[in-house]
Amino acid sequence: MSDATGLKSWLTTIDHKRIGLLYFWTAFTFFLIGGLEALVIRAQLAQPNGHVVSAETFNQLFTMHGTTMLFLALMPLSSAFFNFIIPLQIGARDVAFPRLNAFSYWVFLLGGLLLNASWFVGPLFHAGTLSVAPDGGWFAYANLTERQFSPGPNIDFYQLGVQILGISSLAAGFNFIVTILNLRAPGMTMMRLPVFAWMTLVTQFIVITAFPVLTVVLLLLMFDRLFGTHFFLASAGATPLLWQHLFWIFGHPEVYILILPAMGIVSEVLPTFARKPLFGYTVIVYSGVLIGFMGWGVWSHHMFAVGLGPIADSAFAATTMLIAIPTGVKIFNWIATLWGGDIRGTTALHFAVGFIAMFIIGGLSGVSHASPPADLQQTDTYYVVAHFHYVLFGGTVLGLFAGVYYWWPKMTGRLLNEPLGKWHFWLQLVGMNLAFFPMHLIGLLGMPRRVYTYSPELGVGALNLVSTIGAFLIAVSILVFLFNVWRSARHGQVAPNDPWGGATLEWSIPSPPPAYNFSVIPTVTSRMPRWKTEHHEPMQDPPARPPAPIHVPGGSRWPLVAAFGLPVMALSVLTHTLWVVFLGAAILLFAIYRWAFEPLEA
Amino acid sequence: MTHVAPSPAMAHRTSMGIDNRKMAFWAFIGSECLLFGSLISTYLVYKGKSVVGPYPHDILNIPLTSGSTFDLLMSSLMMVLALAAVERGDMRWGKIWLFSTAVLGLVFLGAQVMEFTEFVHKGLTLSTNLFGCTFFVLTGTHGAHVAVGVLWLLTLWVRALQGKLGPANVTTVEITGLYWHFVDVVWIVIFTVVYLIQ
Repeated sequence: MSDATGLKSWLTTIDHKRIGLLYFWTAFTFFLIGGLEALVIRAQLAQPNGHVVSAETFNQLFTMHGTTMLFLALMPLSSAFFNFIIPLQIGARDVAFPRLNAFSYWVFLLGGLLLNASWFVGPLFHAGTLSVAPDGGWFAYANLTERQFSPGPNIDFYQLGVQILGISSLAAGFNFIVTILNLRAPGMTMMRLPVFAWMTLVTQFIVITAFPVLTVVLLLLMFDRLFGTHFFLASAGATPLLWQHLFWIFGHPEVYILILPAMGIVSEVLPTFARKPLFGYTVIVYSGVLIGFMGWGVWSHHMFAVGLGPIADSAFAATTMLIAIPTGVKIFNWIATLWGGDIRGTTALHFAVGFIAMFIIGGLSGVSHASPPADLQQTDTYYVVAHFHYVLFGGTVLGLFAGVYYWWPKMTGRLLNEPLGKWHFWLQLVGMNLAFFPMHLIGLLGMPRRVYTYSPELGVGALNLVSTIGAFLIAVSILVFLFNVWRSARHGQVAPNDPWGGATLEWSIPSPPPAYNFSVIPTVTSRMPRWKTEHHEPMQDPPARPPAPIHVPGGSRWPLVAAFGLPVMALSVLTHTLWVVFLGAAILLFAIYRWAFEPLEA
Repeated sequence: MTHVAPSPAMAHRTSMGIDNRKMAFWAFIGSECLLFGSLISTYLVYKGKSVVGPYPHDILNIPLTSGSTFDLLMSSLMMVLALAAVERGDMRWGKIWLFSTAVLGLVFLGAQVMEFTEFVHKGLTLSTNLFGCTFFVLTGTHGAHVAVGVLWLLTLWVRALQGKLGPANVTTVEITGLYWHFVDVVWIVIFTVVYLIQ
């Protein structure tokens, strides 16, 4: 990594490794904030007729919990690994557009801050409360989110914040597609690409095709709220269903944006610790691509309760059941990878296996509401909450933690403590099952989602208490992880180039890697370049010192300045002040011009 | 966007043999298809659903828009000529064609401003009915794309006048052209869907 220190070197950095670390710490902070919101929700629901928070605050909490976890924690935590690991895995010196990469990060940070500022700025809007946080659910169904039903600035914070975050994701999407397709080391054919890089590629294609739909639907809502259009108002002949369709056309692919990177991580971790090549590499890759395509054909299963008619319901039920097939194929491949392997039970492997087990549970409950009649019983109940927490926590979060323990030495130069890691794992596994498994029953017994309290007669008090205990156990496991991180930074074992005996290129260079990554760009001759296989000798690691000096470009301040233009424009919408939008646009435009004409060497 | 300094990654060959910026731009165009696709779908879903007038056939000025469509198509021709001139190193004509492309873009925008003003006078605004909502947001988004393109073309033109844009920047001009042609193609779809099929 670059040797430069000081705030300025971080503000202007265009080094993919530094940007990866910035993504990680920012996203992890948002993960903690989203987690705290969940704890307050669980405290409120621990007993019937709870009085911890008001109904209004509860609405804000579940809305911000979902929005934060999806857009500010899980997606950018994946981005942290895209940034740090992808160029290393494909044998590149950086991403294709380093300054665009910095822009993506700063836009993400500012969008996240804007969204979360809503917790404190009520007085500025004369709202009478401290918080004007979004309160319409992460999917912000119109027409509940129209001005007449939601007159405060709450929904404006949502639509502006998410719009800005979308820009960050889109910019990163173009960047990583080009990086993975175009910056591969000589000999690294597409079918020699590590599975994590493949899943990243598929994810980014979904990002650049799904996010424009979100952009449009948020734009339409903004026009309704600001300029008096009526895209979602039935009185004008419109239908609120347009929101649901457009939102879920984005929203379902979004689910795969969240899970595919974790699947990629697990596909890296399992072979390393089973000392065995990934079973069925090609099938795993093609399944990932297939999931990417099929993710587009299932959105209406979020809308079975709407009453779209038997034909539409049947079609979407069928596609939803079909998409379970490539997912199931992957699960069998992962299990077969472990089968007969020389297994080392590291923390990373624990998390990877935990991912498989929990994801199976989440997948099975998912298939159960692929059927419209069953779904009608489950929709809007805690059963659905149980399902997607098994998928997104049991799946994505465990998968991401597998990546954290696996790549931590590469990213920081120090190993995390293994016994503490296993404490973290077991506490988290037990915690999440206590927290989320009872929700299946709570839901089937009839407790709806998004209600701030329930009566004792419903008979779900005990189950809710168990769920709350589980949530706090997860919090304890995260504290163990944070202690591990702190301990690693002070006393952690210094990591060699390759602490695990990994097969891929990132393990052939120092931990953390030098600014230029590879002293000599390697030539790849096999899918597992660092392992001896039947046909290939392991590659020579690049020399410790570059044979010729390697020029590393300096930083640039313009991505940061350009990113600032966006929240300024958002401010104009929030305050209904026209000139501010021109100010924001001027900042953006000025920075883009400086950026475009800046010699990169500066 | 224009005139991006070569990044270190571009210094060596690319895996697919296609310029990084061009590939990114094709991905961007793919993304834009979904953006306009969503807006056009919204228009189609709400077609004929307005509960009050004015309705499309009361108000759409097809002769005017046919003219501006022709103007935009011609601007694409100018763009092709501009790229060809830059490719063969003829910066004199390169400048002329770049400038003409931008001017034709401005004429299109002028026609759109005229059209919008006329509609407002005839009682169709953003909030009048669903036709107003969908029409103005769809064509307005397209117009914003044209405006960005005009700014981009004028930037290239000024760079060329300063002698900072030459045959070495042919990829920059080509990418500008990709954008411009894409915006043009989108207009052909919008023109067909909104104006011709009523």
